[in-house]
Amino acid sequence: MIEAQQLTKRYGEKTAVDRLDFTVKPGTVTGFLGPNGAGKSTTMRMIVGLDAPSAGSVTVNGRRYAEHAAPLQEVGALLEAKSIHPGRSAFNHLNTLALTHGIPRRRVDEVIEMTGLQQVAKKRAGAFSLGMGQRLGIAAALLGDPATIMLDEPVNGLDPEGVLWIRNLLIGLADDGRTVFVSSHLMSEMALVADHLIIVGRGRLLADTTVEGLIRQSGGDTVKVASSDPARLRELLAGPGVEITGRSGSEELEVTGLAARAIGLKAAEHNIALFELHTKAVSLEEAFMELTRDAVEYHGTTTTAAVEAAETVGSAA
Amino acid sequence: MSTATATPTDAPAAPERAGRPAYKVTAARVLRSEWAKFWSLRSSWITLTLALFFVLAFGLIRAWRFKANLDAGQHMDPDMLGANAVSLTLFGLNFGQLALGVLGVLVAAGEYSTGMIRSTLAAVPRRLPVLWAKAVVFGVVALVVGTVGAFVAFGFGSGIVSGTRAALTFSDAGVLRSLFMAGLYLALIGVCGVALGALLRSVAGGIAILVGVLMLVPGLVSLLPTSWQNNVSQYLPSHAGDSMYALHQDAHTLAPGTGLLVLALWTALALAGAAYRLKRTDA
Repeated sequence: MIEAQQLTKRYGEKTAVDRLDFTVKPGTVTGFLGPNGAGKSTTMRMIVGLDAPSAGSVTVNGRRYAEHAAPLQEVGALLEAKSIHPGRSAFNHLNTLALTHGIPRRRVDEVIEMTGLQQVAKKRAGAFSLGMGQRLGIAAALLGDPATIMLDEPVNGLDPEGVLWIRNLLIGLADDGRTVFVSSHLMSEMALVADHLIIVGRGRLLADTTVEGLIRQSGGDTVKVASSDPARLRELLAGPGVEITGRSGSEELEVTGLAARAIGLKAAEHNIALFELHTKAVSLEEAFMELTRDAVEYHGTTTTAAVEAAETVGSAA
Repeated sequence: MSTATATPTDAPAAPERAGRPAYKVTAARVLRSEWAKFWSLRSSWITLTLALFFVLAFGLIRAWRFKANLDAGQHMDPDMLGANAVSLTLFGLNFGQLALGVLGVLVAAGEYSTGMIRSTLAAVPRRLPVLWAKAVVFGVVALVVGTVGAFVAFGFGSGIVSGTRAALTFSDAGVLRSLFMAGLYLALIGVCGVALGALLRSVAGGIAILVGVLMLVPGLVSLLPTSWQNNVSQYLPSHAGDSMYALHQDAHTLAPGTGLLVLALWTALALAGAAYRLKRTDA
């Protein structure tokens, strides 16, 4: 469990992380999304105490990370791939970390096996490929058998095989009942593994939602309907949970909260001719782009801006 | 209320993690970790060997030249005229201190230049135990290497100059004190290196300051008027160190014990600066 309260980090004039509030709950994969420079890495560094917050706080299992007697047992973190001394072997690297906690050598061998590093464990870590370096970083994160695993951009620069390995590992860790907190700027990657999403842009929280929630929020299940009598159709479709927008003089309506099938049936029942009826499928990628673009272009997003942006995406697609 | 509705709220938020081993970060464990870190790098072995080589080689060459000049009846350098077996054989300390000081800088600043510091501080987020452990580990290593170097250099070197006016043996007054102080001097310079490395977080910067303080500042101070020089010079780290292991004291050098105290204070100052930066600034 990771809890951030009004977490803020300023570097001089620049605010890298701006009053973030979020909770990462156990037993799920939580994706931490945002464009490059959104403050994801800084937030993760604050979680493990490498950077001190300018204001606010972040706790891990109820306490600041540094206050835990065995921090590696609380959170295992992969921050940047090369948090190693290139002159030390993989085994020695892991062993020096294990020694600080009294973690037995048996566990070091275990994580080496789990990450498939047996063949290269005695080699200098500086000679490792990016993928191997990433595996070593993950081995270090797993060392204390922590309930929470935090990974910063774990698939960056990996080949397809490496990406697949990370993806399966994340799902496996969550199935074990662990809290997995993983950052990425690639929505497509997150969509495959994450249950919950925390989205940031320019250091601010844009969304704290589920994958389905994000799609719904972005008008993912909006149905576009063009008819002979939009005004009448509008009256017919209106009901609780249904939202309808449309410009006056246009024969098009945009309906959320109703399936295309239900709209078609309703129109047929009342003899309204339909010229067009289709569901606008907004991909997760588009939803994310739209959300973060808003954050960049218009500070303090308004509803009209969001609707306009949705229309642009819709017509472009 | 049926049991079915109660179940979700009763379900544990976190998975059952009973029976996990209770790990704990302790000062002794951080010390063991730093000890393992030090010996698992090839650069440590190479630089220590180099330091030992410098102490022995330059000491023995100096002793041999003294003997050769004396035998040949040649004119002798003024700084070698009043030499004794201790001052001749410990000549290599000037070079050994650079090797050990640089290795000390590497022990601390090397973690920053490589990125290892992130792993280190994630494991020990209280941070200060890491600095103390590095200082102790490297201080002890440098003490052993320095003391062994001083004793071996004197052991062979005193044989070379035996029978000359510089001749001394282990049993002569002050010799053992000089040799142990020589080891202690190198240990303190090594710890200074660790502190500078942690303070500056840069290998190049740490080495520059170390070399500057040990070699350039004494030269600059010698440009000052003599009356100032006599007051200032003796408190410089390198000169305080000289007086620790010199067999005889001049009018303007400190007593060995005072020299040790002065160098220890310099070291403590550097460590305090390093501790402040480590604790206060982001890694």
